[in-house]
Amino acid sequence: MANIQTMAEQAEKISRQLGIDKYDIYGSSVEETSVQVDRGEPKQVKASQRSSVIVRVWNGDRQIGVTSTTDIDPTGLELALKTAYEASSFGAREHVPDFSPEAQAPTAEVTRSQISPAPVPDLVEKLVYAEKELLEAHPAIASVPYNGLAQRALERFYLNSDGALRSEARTYASIYLYSKTEQEGRKPRSAGAVRVESGLKKLDIAGCLQEAAEKTVSHLDYERIPSGKYQVVFSADAFLSLLSAFSNLFNAQSILDNRSLSTPDSLGQQIASPLLSLYDDELNANNIAAETFDGEGTPTRRLPLIENGVLTHFIHSAGTARRMGATPTGHASIGAKVSVSPNYFHVMPGEAADDSYRLDRADNVILIDELQALHAGVNALQGSFSLPFDGWLLRDGKRISVESATVAGDFRQVLNSILHIEPDAEVIPGGICPRIWVSELSITGEE
Amino acid sequence: MTTATFPARLLRLQEIPNLDYAANPSRFDQSWEAPLATLLGLGRAVGADLVEFFLERKNYINCLAEDDSITSISPSLITGAGVRVFRGNSDCYVSTNDLSFKGLKAALEKGLAIMGFSPPSPHAHVPELNLEPLRDYGASRNKEDWLLNVVSMQDMGEVLLAANASLSQQASHVQARRAAYFRDWQEILVAASDGTFARDLRLTQSVGYNLLCADGDHRSSINQRLGNTGDPGFLTDWDYAQTAAEVSEAAGKMLYADYVESGSYPVIMANHFGGVIFHEACGHLLETTQIERETTPFMHKKGEKVAHENLTAWDEGLSTAAFGTIDMDDEGMPVQSTLLIENGILKNFIADRAGSMRTGHPRTGSGRRQDYTYAAASRMRNTYIDAGDYSLDELFASVDKGIYCKKMGGGSVGPTGQFNFGVDEAYLIENGQVTRPLKGATLIGEAVNIMQKISMSSKDLSLAPGFCGSVSGSLYVTVGQPHIKVDHITVGGR
Repeated sequence: MANIQTMAEQAEKISRQLGIDKYDIYGSSVEETSVQVDRGEPKQVKASQRSSVIVRVWNGDRQIGVTSTTDIDPTGLELALKTAYEASSFGAREHVPDFSPEAQAPTAEVTRSQISPAPVPDLVEKLVYAEKELLEAHPAIASVPYNGLAQRALERFYLNSDGALRSEARTYASIYLYSKTEQEGRKPRSAGAVRVESGLKKLDIAGCLQEAAEKTVSHLDYERIPSGKYQVVFSADAFLSLLSAFSNLFNAQSILDNRSLSTPDSLGQQIASPLLSLYDDELNANNIAAETFDGEGTPTRRLPLIENGVLTHFIHSAGTARRMGATPTGHASIGAKVSVSPNYFHVMPGEAADDSYRLDRADNVILIDELQALHAGVNALQGSFSLPFDGWLLRDGKRISVESATVAGDFRQVLNSILHIEPDAEVIPGGICPRIWVSELSITGEE
Repeated sequence: MTTATFPARLLRLQEIPNLDYAANPSRFDQSWEAPLATLLGLGRAVGADLVEFFLERKNYINCLAEDDSITSISPSLITGAGVRVFRGNSDCYVSTNDLSFKGLKAALEKGLAIMGFSPPSPHAHVPELNLEPLRDYGASRNKEDWLLNVVSMQDMGEVLLAANASLSQQASHVQARRAAYFRDWQEILVAASDGTFARDLRLTQSVGYNLLCADGDHRSSINQRLGNTGDPGFLTDWDYAQTAAEVSEAAGKMLYADYVESGSYPVIMANHFGGVIFHEACGHLLETTQIERETTPFMHKKGEKVAHENLTAWDEGLSTAAFGTIDMDDEGMPVQSTLLIENGILKNFIADRAGSMRTGHPRTGSGRRQDYTYAAASRMRNTYIDAGDYSLDELFASVDKGIYCKKMGGGSVGPTGQFNFGVDEAYLIENGQVTRPLKGATLIGEAVNIMQKISMSSKDLSLAPGFCGSVSGSLYVTVGQPHIKVDHITVGGR
């Protein structure tokens, strides 16, 4: 990406020429390399270097116009500013976004490992090795149809006409391995694992490999399960998936738009079991993708959302905070309409369990490892879900893979039906969460 | 040095860094032939089996009306290119925002280096690539004025506000109303070392509603979307009052619906967007991408019976104005109509260039990608089950107790052929009659089984716009079918 200070100077000069006295710009650039392999050979290598900026312009009537562009040289920037200015004539007249009052406030000091990209042959070699090891892990594992190893360097910045200017850069690497089984007279089964780290050298490829192999093998002996009500244990991945799908519960913009399960009066209400405490914690040391400011330049932070079951905070942009008498929380993405979304969930661990809540002694309990098709099976505005899942039936502590089934319920009931939160939390790319035990949910097995 | 046309003699490698081709920056026209042919020649000179450039300019805008205000108008201006280098069956794809000769050359050289090609001697000649005469679908099919004739920002705002007002008049218990529109204008140019040189212009538009109704603890949320390719007047011609009436009626019925009781039922799936069942349960599994990965149960089934003899299905890019209609695919191949299944027999797969190379199935003009950041892959266009011979009454009369899935939500298919999709609007069928509304249903099953159970199709084939996400990004597609009967399927619910 062009030097950000230079871009700031160009933007100021062009804006002056166009008669624009108020604007801000958010931009990012990414340099990325990724590989996929197929039976010991590289299948596809991808490399890209791309940049984009989004420009907001306020006109004399304080209406706002927005344009995004990938063309960030002075000509492209000028066209974007002109187009945004033109669009501002049609911008909203009520609740017009403004600069964040915290756009120049200090951001957190985050120590980042900037790791230089590895050569492509190294990526291919490591992924070929991982594929080979996974294929050799069990005779039934016939292929690793979905695999990938990627490394990315990302830069982002925010600047505005009041002089705010902040930027940061980070690197990260990721691997995913999804294997598929074939056995005579049995249905194919599939499972996988993902790892993310700040660079290839730190990436836990062995751990990813082991998890993918263990999960795949654990699904070889599967059974159809009868439909009915079951006690359910959600893995970290499954529970955080549901939390994200129903995050309108905490989202101030959704609340103001009447598109939330909460209202402004929900703060202070008991919305979950007292066992549950939930934070949004972008700056958590385990968050490889931590960002110190949001799309409006507001510093990110640790924010309690639910404490002992009580809803304590919403996530805000500058605009929603102003309308609701709160402070911005570092959750905004800029656009003609600023959107708000969670960053990094942290569900607090609970206490050690008695025998009723131990997986090794559980009987007739469903352990949900991964929820699927959330885009299709979640009705976030109604609070309901009906989702296929990968998981096991626990019978006297023994895991029996579920052939094919769905779980259905109401998310608010799930929050209130939490029976136990395990003491050890799992760190996954989307957050931190222990396994969570919930009383009866409807399970439908394929008939 | 500025060169708009080919040099008079064959270039040597060492001369290429001094070239500064002046291709037209605002249009992908004939002036791009010389620089691209030179770069393709360079790729071939170092040993690449095939090199392909994909150039793109995009002018996109979306507009959102919430209740009685326009809350967002967002234009986007995108330019970029991707270069794909093949070595045997392996390939590398490099994308960049820099469309200068220098930028394209850097992307190509990166791709060549990644694939392990070493530059030959600086004195080596660069072979001259003979590209076909520019096949320009933009010019030959009168698309050049499309961008000039689309609706203005002011008009799009006025239409959406009027549409939202119509919704307000027709719906009851309204909690939130949204009308949303987008227009995606795209210019693409494909040049490949096999001689392909083709340009296309595309105009894709969509408009739709989201209505949220609430009454105490009862809630319903209904989405409806229309889509079009190639008609600049699409938005101004939209009969929003008709759409508002349909959305309002559905939201009203679903507001007090009971949750569906889980179990195995005979199901009648409506036409139009009901076609998502074939898209998810079978269409994806006929893409050569799936054959390459060996993740489709149909990979060795060509010529065999894979579906009920009632079922014939197509994938094509030709239907007038349909959401998945294109004149050429993103690899420069003219699209075609591909017969997938005929009376239950598997006839063809859906193939892109790389998929064809790796599986041996012929290309079908199905190499598609979201934008220049993705390599093309085999993807569906307008995909549908053909009309059958039954009347709608005969379908319903055949069901004693079952579910009528009037409006489908999204869905997906996994690597083992298991599919699932949500149902937004469902009704109980009792003794051949549609009785009460049901909500919260999810259908699950296995592709190889479900295709055998589609036993009846009515005559009312209808197509609907959709968005499909897969390996080469999110694409505009059409799904479709007549009303069909599935003999039984597992319905997940409460």
